Amino acid sequence: MARVLLFGRLADIAGWRSRDVPGASIAEIRTVLAGDVELAEALAGPGVQVAVDREIVRGEAVLTAASEVAFMPPMSGG
Amino acid sequence: MSVTLQTEPFDPGALLTAFGAGRMEAGAIASFSGYVRADGGATDRLELEAYPGLTDAEIGRIGEVAAERFGLLDWLVVHRVGVMGPGEAIVFVATAAPHRRAAFEACDYLMDYLKSRAPFWKKSHGPDGARWIEPTDRDRTDLERWEP
Repeated sequence: MARVLLFGRLADIAGWRSRDVPGASIAEIRTVLAGDVELAEALAGPGVQVAVDREIVRGEAVLTAASEVAFMPPMSGG
Repeated sequence: MSVTLQTEPFDPGALLTAFGAGRMEAGAIASFSGYVRADGGATDRLELEAYPGLTDAEIGRIGEVAAERFGLLDWLVVHRVGVMGPGEAIVFVATAAPHRRAAFEACDYLMDYLKSRAPFWKKSHGPDGARWIEPTDRDRTDLERWEP
């Protein structure tokens, strides 16, 4: 289980911003989220980054019940 | 060396005055103020989302890189989050260095980073609806100028 956060257009596509999702790895979380086909496509899109506990990760990570997993589409400030 | 994310409006002039006060070794202070554009009426308001705890930490890291690379004495980034209208300041960057070239370049570098790498998500609302703004090709080429 992890707390999943969606940012930017990902939250608009999913219709939610924060939700508890079962899974012990990012891959498992992605599998559960793939129930929403449109969201799964967006998550696999170019430039989407993942953060675990507010640190950007590349590749896989081991999650605990207290983990916060964020999916972040291409960023733009200023 | 400071990053502030805030929902309240800010006054770039006041920030610049405060940043420059009492410095004895900074021969150069450069700053950049970014404002929300109306885009000829296409934008009524801009909505900016950040990820507190990650956005400020990432900007802090790039600030440290800039300080090292350009030999800064100090730097400051203030960024609005939430909803703002045309004409309002959205970002303020200031850099202090012994000489002008370092201050100018570090300010430019920090803004290029903020435009395409800092964890913000920007949505523009206007008469034709809302749309997410993502980095442009120009933003990416701007950033590439700094790569070795």
